[in-house]
Parts: sequence; structure tokens; C-alpha cells
Amino acid sequence: MITIIDYGMGNLASIKNMLKKVGEQSVITNDLDKISNAEKLILPGVGSFGQGMENLNAKGMTELIRRKALVEKTPLLGICLGMQLFTKHSEEGNVDGLGLIDAKTVKFNLHESHGNLKIPHMGWADVEINSSNFIFEGIEEIPRYYFVHSYHVECANEEDIMTTTEHGYSFCSGVRKENVFGVQFHPEKSHKFGMALLKNFIKI
Amino acid sequence: MIPVLSLIDGDLYKTVKFKNPNYIGDPINAIKIFNDKEVDEIVVIDIRASKDNTPINFKKIEEMASECFMPLGYGGGIKTLEDAKQIFKIGGEKVIVNSAFVDRPQTITEIANIFGSQSMVVAIDVKKSLLGKEYCYFESGQKSSKMNPVEAAKRAEELGAGEIILTSISLDGTRRGYDLDLIQRVSGQVGIPVVACGGAHEVPDYTKAVNAGASAVAAGSMFVYKGSVDSILINYPDQNVLISDFYSQVK
Repeated sequence: MITIIDYGMGNLASIKNMLKKVGEQSVITNDLDKISNAEKLILPGVGSFGQGMENLNAKGMTELIRRKALVEKTPLLGICLGMQLFTKHSEEGNVDGLGLIDAKTVKFNLHESHGNLKIPHMGWADVEINSSNFIFEGIEEIPRYYFVHSYHVECANEEDIMTTTEHGYSFCSGVRKENVFGVQFHPEKSHKFGMALLKNFIKI
Repeated sequence: MIPVLSLIDGDLYKTVKFKNPNYIGDPINAIKIFNDKEVDEIVVIDIRASKDNTPINFKKIEEMASECFMPLGYGGGIKTLEDAKQIFKIGGEKVIVNSAFVDRPQTITEIANIFGSQSMVVAIDVKKSLLGKEYCYFESGQKSSKMNPVEAAKRAEELGAGEIILTSISLDGTRRGYDLDLIQRVSGQVGIPVVACGGAHEVPDYTKAVNAGASAVAAGSMFVYKGSVDSILINYPDQNVLISDFYSQVK
């Protein structure tokens, strides 16, 4: 049973749909008790960092998520904005995040030498796995995932970087610190590669 | 590569030059097949919603979204921020605006401000006049405007759109290849991705479109017809063919 945190940001139905497809029950909730009792959490999110933190604060979720992740060590998967919110600070709106990972969220820094590349970085891209990781188990080829973002995460510690992806330069497209997983891409919209990742998260 | 599915009353159709819709089948079925074929992304357009001013069929879109394990863009009858909110809530990633681009341009800015420009797509449908002048059309190609495609694309970007689907009405359903000149002119003038649509026949057409400046390619007929007599068959190029004839050929 996976608890999907509803804080008013983004497309929650598609995550629930894909969990159902891989045979896992899930609940979408903003109920603090349900989140508090969750066995596994997903923090989704599409939209701006500032609005995301404002919503988490307004709903009283900020400290709760920190406690679940850092004290109770509940498996937590952040997707897209959800991953970015794990960082300490974002350039987007110049606000502080949940601080689960020693990292910051920065805007893509592309210039002329990067040619025709656009922001937002949008579409499918290869994901390079830094160290062997069970979350990608069962994927035989180089995994490809769907991305939509204008900002990306910059980690202070190399060991927290789970995956990297190229867009003009190599950026951190996935983080992991113990029970905390974050992916910049959208597993729920990346058919077989996403299904494999979510299945592995369910198995934790 | 993005299959574009055209809907009328919840059923799947394919047009030629935005006319003569031919019944293809059930869109849910098509989406399931595209899932299995690991399609990059899907675009669904209700081609009557704006023209006939019918309400958006949220129930059908929700059904499609629940079977769609790849990004889904929806267009057709999106007029307000509320419409977009509802689409995102039921599982769409992007909303595509065409008629509202001229009728209610502020909607584009509102949606982009709240949900981010990456979720806000403007569809620019282009037709050449008899004298060879290009104009943008709205309401499924029914209503002409004085805007040329480059102006329209720049305007869409200013309003906050994060992507443009650029369709040549004259080539829709013809499978004569993309309008490469149009793609080149428009994509060279905006900083946001331009998706080419209209006229694709075979995989090398994609390569040409991308080399002309398109960030992605979309097609309709190619994915729903097969063979010389246009048998209806939902299909998608094999990944190996895509690698050899497309990905490896893009400059």
C-alpha cells in the first residue's frame, strides 16, 4: 500500500493508475494521520517550487514529511517537483525546501554553445545509473524516462547522486539517500521503464 | 514521435486536410496498443469541441488517461484555467489550445503561470492561400486569421506557451512529407520546442523534420493506416528501425 501525498500540485491520478497497473494499491490523500501512518510515501508534483512549499507548509505537511523520512526512515519517493522539494533551497522563487538531501535546485544553465537545446527540458532521455541500484533492477537496456522540467538538482555529495542525464551538460536526474529516493523524470509516464522502477520501490 | 488521435463524439477518426473524417475505431483500444508499442507520447484532439462549442468530454479523457502510461496531451474546447485544471486532475500532462489562442489568449498565460509553461501547448494550424501566403487557422481549420505562423509562434511564446504543435493543414492526411520550410522558419524564431505535424509518411520524414529544426514529430495517418489500400491498423515503427533510420540520422 502506497500513500500518495496530495498537496495540490500536479497529476496524482496517473501515479495511482500506474501503481494499479503493476498490481499495487494506493491512496491519494492530504490527511495528516494517513500520511503519518503510511508504510511508503510518494511525493509527486508538477509546478513551481515556491507554490509547492507554500502548500506543504499550509497543510502542515512539512515537518511530518521530514519526520517520516529522516526519523522513521519510511521509504519515500519524490517525483519531479517532489524530488526538487527534497533539496535545501531552490533558485525558483528563492525559497527553502524540505532539506532531506544536501542539495539545491537550480535553473538549467544553457548557453549558445549548447546549440538548439531548449528549456524546459522536455521529452524522453537516457538515464545513467551511477552505482548499481535495486530500484532499476530488471531493466536490461539503458533506461529511458520522460522528463519535463526547467530546474534541476545539484547535490553537494557525490554519493547522493543516483542517476545522471544529459541536457547540454550532465545533471543529477535521480537522488538517493538511504530510504529517500528522488527522480526528476516521470516513472508514471515512462511505460515499461517506469513500471520496473515502481515495482522495485513497492518491493522495498 | 507522437501519434495524434482525432476524436469526434469520443470515437477515433482521421481527416485529410482537416476534412472528410474517416472512422478508425475506439480510442481506448488504440491507446492500449500504443502502450504496448512504447510510444513516446500521445496527443488527443477533439476536433469538434471548439467548432461546435460542445462541452469537453472529461469522462472519455479520464478513461483514456487511465490507460495511458506515457504523456498525454489533450486539446479541443479548452477555454479556461478551470478546463485545464480538470484535465490535469484526471491524468493529462499537457493541454493544447488552438481556438482560445485568438479568443481568450489570457487563458494561456493563466495556465502557464499556475501549471508551468511545459504543460501549455499552443497548436498552430497553417494553410497556404492560393497566392502562397500562409495564414493561421482556428476552430479545426474553419476560421482564418490574418496571423502568419511566425508571428503566431512568437506570440504564443510571449503568452507563456512551452511548446508549439505546428500543423500544415494542406499536408494533413496526405503523407507527402512535412512542410520542412515552414518548420525551419518557425522553429528558428522561437526558443520553445516546435513539434512538426502534417504529412508524415515514413520514418525518414521524421529525420528531415528534426534536422529542419523540429524538437519532436507528430503524425496521424502513419499510425492508423497501413499498406497501399489504407487498411486501418494501429501501428508504430519498430524501435530498431527508429534507431537506424531516425535517432542515428539526426544531426
